[in-house]
Amino acid sequence: MLVRSPQAALQRLFDEVGSVDQIGIDERVAKYGTRSVKKSAKLWGLRTAVTMVDLTTLEGKDTPGKVASLCQKALRPHDDASIPPVAAVCVYPSMVRHARRALGNNSSVRIASVATAFPSGQAPLKTRLAEVKAAVADGADEIDMVINRGAFLAGEFGRVQDEISAVVTACGTATLKVILEVSELETYDSIRAASFLAMRVIRPGDFIKTSTGKTSLNATLGNNQVMLEAIRDFYLDTGVAIAMKPAGGIRTSKQALTFLIAVKETLGDAWLNNTRYRFGASSLLNDLLRQLEKEKTGAYQAPYYFSEAAESY
Amino acid sequence: MPTASVVKKSSRAPQRVANRVGRRAPELIFGDLWAFDPAPESADPKLKPRYDLFINGKFVAPKGGKYFDSINPANERKLTEIALAGPGDVDAAYAAAQRAADGVWGKMPGRERAKYLYRIARLLQDRAREFAVAETLDGGKPIKESRDFDVPMAAAHFFYHAGWADKLDYVAPGRRVAPLGVVGQVIPWNFPLLMCAWKLAPAIAMGNTVVLKPAETTSITALKLAEIIQDAGLPPGVVNFVTGAGDVGAAVLNHPTPAKIAFTGSTEVGKIIMRSLAGSDKKMTMELGGKAANIIFDDAPLDQAVEGIVNGIFFNQGHVCCAGSRLLVQEGIADKVLAKLKARIRTLRVGDPLDKNTDIGAINSRAQLTKIRALVAAGVKEGCAMFQPECALPPKGFYFRPTIFSGVSMSSRVAREEIFGPVLSILTFRTVDEAIEKANNTAYGLSAGVWTDKGSRILKLSTELKAGVVWANTYNKFDPASPFGGYKESGFGREGGRQGLLDYCKLI
Amino acid sequence: MARLPITKTPKVYVGGAFIRSESARVFPLRDAAGDFFANIPQCTRKDLRNAVEAAAKAGPGWAKRTAYNRGQILYRLAEMIEARAGEMAAAITLGGTTPSAAAREVAAAVDRLIYYAGWTDKYEQVLGNVNPVAAPYFNFTVTEPMGIIGVIAPDEAPLLALISLIAPAITSGNTVVALASTTQPYPAILLGEMLATSDLPGGVVNLLTGFRAEMIPTFATHTHLRAISAVVNAAERKALALGAAESVKRTILLKAEEKRDWFASALQGVDAIRDTVEFKTTWHPVGA
Repeated sequence: MLVRSPQAALQRLFDEVGSVDQIGIDERVAKYGTRSVKKSAKLWGLRTAVTMVDLTTLEGKDTPGKVASLCQKALRPHDDASIPPVAAVCVYPSMVRHARRALGNNSSVRIASVATAFPSGQAPLKTRLAEVKAAVADGADEIDMVINRGAFLAGEFGRVQDEISAVVTACGTATLKVILEVSELETYDSIRAASFLAMRVIRPGDFIKTSTGKTSLNATLGNNQVMLEAIRDFYLDTGVAIAMKPAGGIRTSKQALTFLIAVKETLGDAWLNNTRYRFGASSLLNDLLRQLEKEKTGAYQAPYYFSEAAESY
Repeated sequence: MPTASVVKKSSRAPQRVANRVGRRAPELIFGDLWAFDPAPESADPKLKPRYDLFINGKFVAPKGGKYFDSINPANERKLTEIALAGPGDVDAAYAAAQRAADGVWGKMPGRERAKYLYRIARLLQDRAREFAVAETLDGGKPIKESRDFDVPMAAAHFFYHAGWADKLDYVAPGRRVAPLGVVGQVIPWNFPLLMCAWKLAPAIAMGNTVVLKPAETTSITALKLAEIIQDAGLPPGVVNFVTGAGDVGAAVLNHPTPAKIAFTGSTEVGKIIMRSLAGSDKKMTMELGGKAANIIFDDAPLDQAVEGIVNGIFFNQGHVCCAGSRLLVQEGIADKVLAKLKARIRTLRVGDPLDKNTDIGAINSRAQLTKIRALVAAGVKEGCAMFQPECALPPKGFYFRPTIFSGVSMSSRVAREEIFGPVLSILTFRTVDEAIEKANNTAYGLSAGVWTDKGSRILKLSTELKAGVVWANTYNKFDPASPFGGYKESGFGREGGRQGLLDYCKLI
Repeated sequence: MARLPITKTPKVYVGGAFIRSESARVFPLRDAAGDFFANIPQCTRKDLRNAVEAAAKAGPGWAKRTAYNRGQILYRLAEMIEARAGEMAAAITLGGTTPSAAAREVAAAVDRLIYYAGWTDKYEQVLGNVNPVAAPYFNFTVTEPMGIIGVIAPDEAPLLALISLIAPAITSGNTVVALASTTQPYPAILLGEMLATSDLPGGVVNLLTGFRAEMIPTFATHTHLRAISAVVNAAERKALALGAAESVKRTILLKAEEKRDWFASALQGVDAIRDTVEFKTTWHPVGA
């Protein structure tokens, strides 16, 4: 009789998609940090990072007013009109219609919404799908869903994939971002395996995403690298280009540039744009703006020169 | 009970087939969309226009009054000039070393000797960036390596061995140890400062004194270390540097004074030295060449293995005695590994060693470049398939593109001879035993790499590979606490760790 | 009428078999009184070559024996010598040693084997170690046998010196090709018989008799010998070192011109085992 323990199921999946050595990944990404990006390369990197930001507010205290001002920030991040808008705003489903009202129907800034009982995903599938449909109906261009980590860790991969497929259907034309919640998967092996499970059922141009931002450990260069390599292997095997979104924990320009170097050296030029790579972040944008301003003026900038700054000291 | 796992392989299986037969295979673009600006390291290497010999704690002019030029291999410009030692200078260096061994250093308690080594380590850390730039200018290695590896590791060697100086009773269980006296050392050009530290630190921690000859093309950082040795107040004569080419090395090694000779360099020269010392009572440590196998099994974490392959053969332009120059890949994954390897190599940056983004710098000398070219030509002639990425090389200076040969057989020259350059030969195997056989089928035995997810297989290979260092699921790792040295014609004796100290003492 | 005793034809022990020299040459051995005792095989470089082949065949298996098993086999060898101690002592007296001194030498040789038998499963714990490297790696250094070790015994202490050179080498899993004392070869002939009954696999220890001048050049140049452990004079040292250079062979050369007390406990130790091993260091990442 075939034994179906979760561990055996995971092992079969690891065997199929290949394993990852943790220390090897950590050493690989440490090298990205030694890349030196200066002058025009730095400017290009910072501006490109701005265009990749999913400007996020995911708080219980979010209000239509807060979302509206976030949308303004997304459209025009800084007084300097040459600064491009960000990729998207990312809000709870209940805030989608307020964001749509603030951005209008022809905005270049897209509206992303975290549906599917974010962040835990612990609601009946029917409820989660209804939430997705409601968010899309309210004007969401993109849906950020969470996978069923419990099912994954129990080895119920079919269920994980079926649920993602159901969300794909519910999305209609909206882009899907599948959040793996890497901190709960714990190992790089599991992150790679979960990336493949998701990529096999989503559509070209859909995303895999590291985290909700609601757990202790979010996007790191290491789990970003594991997912980039999974995307690369899947692309080279099938020709299907999946996009990537690290989220949570990326707060500084230096961090963002290092993540982009990982993209440049792992997936190459075709992923260095906001249809293929995003940053899920809130405070990152202002740091990018500070650095851009510093490059322009040569002077280091106080945080309160930039709107929506959290720091007031 | 979990449900049966019906995992979807891909919802687009038919499309995948279509891809294979119809459209072009998907490719990654590693282009110029985001080109990096030059990022040269700007720290001042503080080079003197001329370097004298370092004998008895002082910089002294060579008795013959001759100097030779030290050039930057990245642009062939002169950096400084270095004293050319003659036999009289070597005599003077040994006389100073003997005095120090008989006197102050030989008599000093270990805990005091230790403090000098600690001081040297600290002073080297203080001036790390300056040393890194000097090392890169002199030898051509990328600044990121001299900055992140050579210099900090050199300091770590002094720091580690310092602590041994007053704990020598623990070196040889059941026995007491004593210094040998005066030691003669000759080091190569691939890790000039680091080899200097590898040689000096255990020798002087143990209470020996040293006459050391750096490589002709890379003497600068040793002579800068002499400045630190002065600043540290190390008693005169404990460390002496004589500079010059092979004849000076021979004078150092064949001098009657030293009780021990330590040499790092090619197996060919090592054999010459062994011959010339035959019949003498001198102890020897030989750290010689290698032709390491890096073995990849089909269950290995492939991307990390590829990274290990790259680190194994392109680290320091492949000027590494333990370079993983023979890649043994299990047949079933050979194509996949080769494809991943090619993609990875396309992202390597070859060029100005001082640029912080350079991954592969300049070949150390014109002579070495000529040798690499000749062996690569031999590989092509033997019918091996060659791959080199398209990358622009600087117009002047000694550069060589990272090169991989596939379809290599065990009898190919590129699979048997040490190339000492950024050239990888790929061979395949089918079974564990075949991998072991092929890995061991060499006169060398310095190092080996093994990549597999299976723990018991790693331990079997680490037992059966005839090599002094086995890197499992990693490659080219070094540490002062980790003994390094070879089997067979890769030499004898160890450097680093407790075992390394054994080679600098006698049992009493 | 007294019965004429049957004398034994001395043969050397190579590859677990008792053989004459392939050259079919012998040299006469006389006792202390100068009377003919027996003809001893005068081994040649071809015998050495064959012995090296035998040692190479036996090497992997011997190295893979458990340390516990090697210890028991060395102990068994000591038992075999002890059981025939009188016969061995008599062989030693052929060289002029007094019977009591010969008996003491046999006893010391047995004790030396017992000493090394006890080391087989301990030297690794003393010589190897885990190294605390400054990175997330488990790093350990273990010892491994060098391979085939050439032993050249001195003329004195024909049993004890020979055992003192062989024992540390086989303790650590090497195999040995040894040239016995030229002037007193008979104890080595007997030792071969004891080795044959000791559970030591054939080929692990191969004993040759013959002339040093004839054999040393081959010991020097045979590249399959990974080390030479020998008691030799200045000229022999130079010849062995020159030969060693050609294949970077390890040499442990004691000076024949220096007096040494083979009975001294200082002549045994874990350092002697260390001289016959290679250190191997393995790195492995520590991760999940």
